[in-house]
Amino acid sequence: MDGTDAASTRQAAIRTTCPYCGVGCGILAAPDRQDGATIVGDPDHPANRGRLCSKGAALGETLSLDGRLLHPEMHGRRTDWHTALQAVADGFQRIVATHGPDAVAFYVSGQLLTEDYYVANKLIKGFIGTANIDTNSRLCMASSVAGHRRAFGSDTVPGTYEDLEQADLIVLVGANLAWCHPVLYQRIAAAKAQRPGLRVVVVDPRSTATCDTADLHLPLRPGSDVLLFNGVLAALARDGRVDRAFVAVATENFEAALSAAVVTAGDVAAVAAGCDLDTGDVARFFALFAATERVVTVYSQGVNQSSCGTDKVNAIINCHLATGRIGRPGMGPFSVTGQPNAMGGREVGALANQLAAHMDFDRPDDVDRVGRFWRAPHIATRPGLKAVDLFHAVEAGRIRALWIMATNPVVSMPEADQVRRALHRCDLVVVSDCMRTTDTAGLAHILLPALAWGEKDGTVTNSERCISRQRSFLSAPGEARPDWWMLAETAKRLGFGEAFAYRSPADIFREHAALSAFENDGRRDFDLGGLATIDDAAFDALAPVMWPVPVDPAGARARFFADGRFYTANHRGRFVPVRPRPPANAPDGQFPLALNTGRTRDQWHTMTRTGKSPRLSLHAPEPLLDIHPADAAAGGLADGALARLRSRWGEALARVRLSPEQRRGVAFMPMHWNDQFAGAARVNAVINPVVDPISGQPEFKHTPIRVTPFAARWYGFALARRRPELDGIGYWVASLSDGFWRHDLAGEEPPADAWRTLRAALHRAGAGEWAQYRDATIGRYRGALVCRGRLEACLFVGPTPNLPPIDWLAGLFRAKSLSDEQRAALLAGQSGVGTVAAGPVVCACFGVGRLTIRAAITQHGLTTTAAVGAALQAGTNCGSCLPEIRALLAAVPAEAAD
Amino acid sequence: MSPRRASRRRLVVVGNGMAGARLVENVVHHAPERFDITVIGAEPGGSYNRILLSGVLAGDRSPTEIVTHETDWYAANGVGLRAGEAAIAIDRAQRTVATDAGAAVPYDALVLATGSHPIILPVPGATLEGVVTFRDLRDVRRMVVASGAGGRAVVIGGGLLGLEAAEGLRRRGMAVTVVHLMPFLMERQLDEPAAALLRESLAQRGVAVVLSAETMAVTGAARASGVSLKDGRSLPADLVVMAVGIHPNADLARAAGLTCRRGVLVDDGLGTSDPAVFAIGECVEHRGRSYGLLGPIWEQAQVLAGRLAESDEATYPGSAVATSLKVTGIDVYSVGEFAMTAGSEEIVLEDCGRGAYRKLVIEQDRLRGAVLYGDVADGGWYFELIRAGGAIGTMRDGLIFGRTFARRAGDDKRPPPLGVAEVAAS
Repeated sequence: MDGTDAASTRQAAIRTTCPYCGVGCGILAAPDRQDGATIVGDPDHPANRGRLCSKGAALGETLSLDGRLLHPEMHGRRTDWHTALQAVADGFQRIVATHGPDAVAFYVSGQLLTEDYYVANKLIKGFIGTANIDTNSRLCMASSVAGHRRAFGSDTVPGTYEDLEQADLIVLVGANLAWCHPVLYQRIAAAKAQRPGLRVVVVDPRSTATCDTADLHLPLRPGSDVLLFNGVLAALARDGRVDRAFVAVATENFEAALSAAVVTAGDVAAVAAGCDLDTGDVARFFALFAATERVVTVYSQGVNQSSCGTDKVNAIINCHLATGRIGRPGMGPFSVTGQPNAMGGREVGALANQLAAHMDFDRPDDVDRVGRFWRAPHIATRPGLKAVDLFHAVEAGRIRALWIMATNPVVSMPEADQVRRALHRCDLVVVSDCMRTTDTAGLAHILLPALAWGEKDGTVTNSERCISRQRSFLSAPGEARPDWWMLAETAKRLGFGEAFAYRSPADIFREHAALSAFENDGRRDFDLGGLATIDDAAFDALAPVMWPVPVDPAGARARFFADGRFYTANHRGRFVPVRPRPPANAPDGQFPLALNTGRTRDQWHTMTRTGKSPRLSLHAPEPLLDIHPADAAAGGLADGALARLRSRWGEALARVRLSPEQRRGVAFMPMHWNDQFAGAARVNAVINPVVDPISGQPEFKHTPIRVTPFAARWYGFALARRRPELDGIGYWVASLSDGFWRHDLAGEEPPADAWRTLRAALHRAGAGEWAQYRDATIGRYRGALVCRGRLEACLFVGPTPNLPPIDWLAGLFRAKSLSDEQRAALLAGQSGVGTVAAGPVVCACFGVGRLTIRAAITQHGLTTTAAVGAALQAGTNCGSCLPEIRALLAAVPAEAAD
Repeated sequence: MSPRRASRRRLVVVGNGMAGARLVENVVHHAPERFDITVIGAEPGGSYNRILLSGVLAGDRSPTEIVTHETDWYAANGVGLRAGEAAIAIDRAQRTVATDAGAAVPYDALVLATGSHPIILPVPGATLEGVVTFRDLRDVRRMVVASGAGGRAVVIGGGLLGLEAAEGLRRRGMAVTVVHLMPFLMERQLDEPAAALLRESLAQRGVAVVLSAETMAVTGAARASGVSLKDGRSLPADLVVMAVGIHPNADLARAAGLTCRRGVLVDDGLGTSDPAVFAIGECVEHRGRSYGLLGPIWEQAQVLAGRLAESDEATYPGSAVATSLKVTGIDVYSVGEFAMTAGSEEIVLEDCGRGAYRKLVIEQDRLRGAVLYGDVADGGWYFELIRAGGAIGTMRDGLIFGRTFARRAGDDKRPPPLGVAEVAAS
């Protein structure tokens, strides 16, 4: 892009916010008037200052209408909005009338905008009369919320992102920022480059890309975080680092917490043994923490997704309260959220155990207050069911109508097959989504087409309490509508029209802001009173703003709690005595390994959006099970072979990757794959439905499993312009490449049978003639479906999982017509002479492969990431791949020396 | 003519076809001084390349162009030629060959290269005027004359010769139908998919093919006017070509009391039951097989010439057989054993869109047979592999794609599969 284009892009661009993680980066989006948009980072947004990660940078590739739900449907047939909404209203009304309001529920999402969230929460808690609304944030944030409320009396993130730049020590606990919050990782890396004295400690059972920037990595035993941070607290007391004045004036319960810490973790060697860490490393960490005033402890799913997640959060907060290192520049506990609007959901109170606007069921005044504000006829008075309990209630028939918005619980819930069973049994399942076909949408009675990112309009809040606008820059396709509109229209049909007469997101936002300020007077942290009268134009133009925004600007502030004033009844911060306890289910003889789950760098959640980007799919086309070589050997598993994971709750298939960095006894599998992209890779079907007793958050990070070889009799690949239906194939994973779908395949049936099945499936999806090769004795088959000379599909089946270089194959798909030589080479499974394989993609932004980078390093003697960037552009945009490039730089000379 | 020497042995060759002429040429080459050679040939003139008769029929070549040995050649090499003179009996006691010209030609060594007879179906009307076989230049001349008026031809036999005759007659302007007893064409050389491609290609150029059709009679009063089939159909015809196969011409040998089965029985030295009598070519039966193709005949001629010249003790172990169909624009190549048996494995390449098909048959890691349709460029290479009999090993994966690919596959160190390859250093 030359300067002129860049300038015109900026002129035409609309400021909006990224729909992926909780960093909440600002984006400039310039629609290209086709299906996509040019996406660049917003240089003026405080979260990212122009930076983007690989996923954000590829957003322009994910905007096509492929697979979109564009019209309402009932029982698989298209219908009109009125009919669909009337059916929703009638269904809910009938079930409430017969079984009471607790027989209905909403299951919502951190993908919703705050305005959608607000209307959903208001409708069900104030008007239908039940608190049976929970959000998928339960799966990622609930322990932080619970920990915050125990310690602060409110769900308050005390600090800001700038603390990362101002800290002298950053402790990253259970957070692979390099992949999951890449822009925060980049901010830390930049700060460290500028100020080498900044120390980074990573606390994570896994060796992740984030360790690249760490001065110290503590690969602790899964679930032993409480022990480690109790150790920190005990060490702080031993070293005389407790801020006695702050503790005395601003907190309570310190002695009990310290006593629990000393009893459980008073000895460094015992902590090291309990956490399975080197004693010297633990001592170094304790000393560093004790000696550094400006310390930020960032934590995420490794802390939250645990049966003792809330205790882990409080173990961390205890250390910051004890030192008074909270709410001051460069200091504080810092929960980073996984979703773009998890925080917005918490603000409106759309969790079953919250009421609204940081008001709670356990305060009767709050219930009364919210009821009056809403003029609610049926205000809920007690918490509803949290996600795991909610779906069990559905299966048990206690909940009979369920509206699922913008989320995919059949994939994302633990014991995911239970969710499928539950939805099968449910009288009325309503799903509003932007995608037509998801594992969950397939079980819906009524499908409502929602707007997608780029179309919808409203606000989101990121991990540092910064409210940003998501603005529409694409027109609404088909009959898709905003979620808030569907909810308001349903409310009208339920007879609540007056309370839901919203004309715009601005209307809703004003009411939300007004509720936050209603009878607040500084008693609640969450206060948007200053925005309650914002007019439509100002709402449209709203710049990113951190809450609180009280009516009186003097009450605004960047951070909380430095003043020692908390939101508990007595305004004191509360220490919580916590005792370490292991994950709920321990590995045993039958299920000897612990399964950990998480994200990969370039996929997001259930892949409905990132799965549309070829660049992103190339980074990891298949779900890989990372396992220590010794564990693999014990299970008879070879690198690259397929394996079956079994737990007491379910099973999945994945390809084995031997990983010496993986802890012995712990395997890792990514969470993204689902039935739309793979035959049997919904890892959450394997996950135990154990929850934290306080937060209700599931223990996604620890399930005992057994891994056995998948006895593949054949391996295969199918590449096709049009996606085939692959029913009946044991193992398949689909990923979108440049102009074709790629399927990695394997099965237990005779290869000849698989060949016939696959060939027929590909032929159903695309016309043409087959050219084919078969050596039945070996079990090797290759075929190309050719239509008027152009390659439509190709299929490879054989005894080993080998595929010719994917970039060469991509070239054949680009060709208008295959030459005889290409045709023969394709069936021979050999690329033409002189083709250089690029290897799996490392740099997603510029599509640079691993083999290309290795070759450049070797040939040109490159030694720095900057040199690689200068030679290949790799790593020069989003920087998400810099840890991988550094690893290659380190590995190549070592290999050359061998 | 060189002066006769007492030490020279007398070599008589009966048959001046491709086998006989080739043998004589080899003997002259190996041991020009050893023999006084006499060739007895029933056809007039020198020797010609019978393989190219289809080219003459199709009009691609003139009869003179296919002559391999002019009568001058015999004289120039001191070989006596009795052309247009048929051998009618062998007196093994006297070691003479009687000819229909009344001569008794003496020999010290006798080689029978009497070739084969075309098979005439034992059906009514088989001897009518207008029924021809496709064996020699005389047959070709008759077909060329018959095709001069256009009209319809029925070729009985969908083998190599029949199809070449059919294509030749088509190109001379006749409407041609091939009647074949078997369910697919050229069943001795092709498998069913290749035969289907061939049939389609013939159909495109206007040659009709009737399969699984048993001929019951050639109809007609004085001249053939049609062919009637067992299923009741009758096909009108102005010309009927019988090309249903050949059988070894062992008449002379059998009458002389030599051991014969289907053909003249020979051992690996190509000797008959009489140590002074040898036989080569289509008339022989060796290890239970008779050959109707050029390659084995060349090999036999070479082996026997070497033995006669006493330059070596070469033996003939039998031949791998390669066949090409000589029809312009239809490339078919077949070599070795390709019928599937227990223990044999097939590798198949089908690209019908390009009209290409290949099948290789493997036994115990050795190539045993190949059928190629469309792109036959690698036929010779497969033929060599079959003859050499070596293990295929790592070439197997690329073998069917030809020499270039097979060699590459053998050397190829593939990169590890995607997805298995390090996706990210983590």
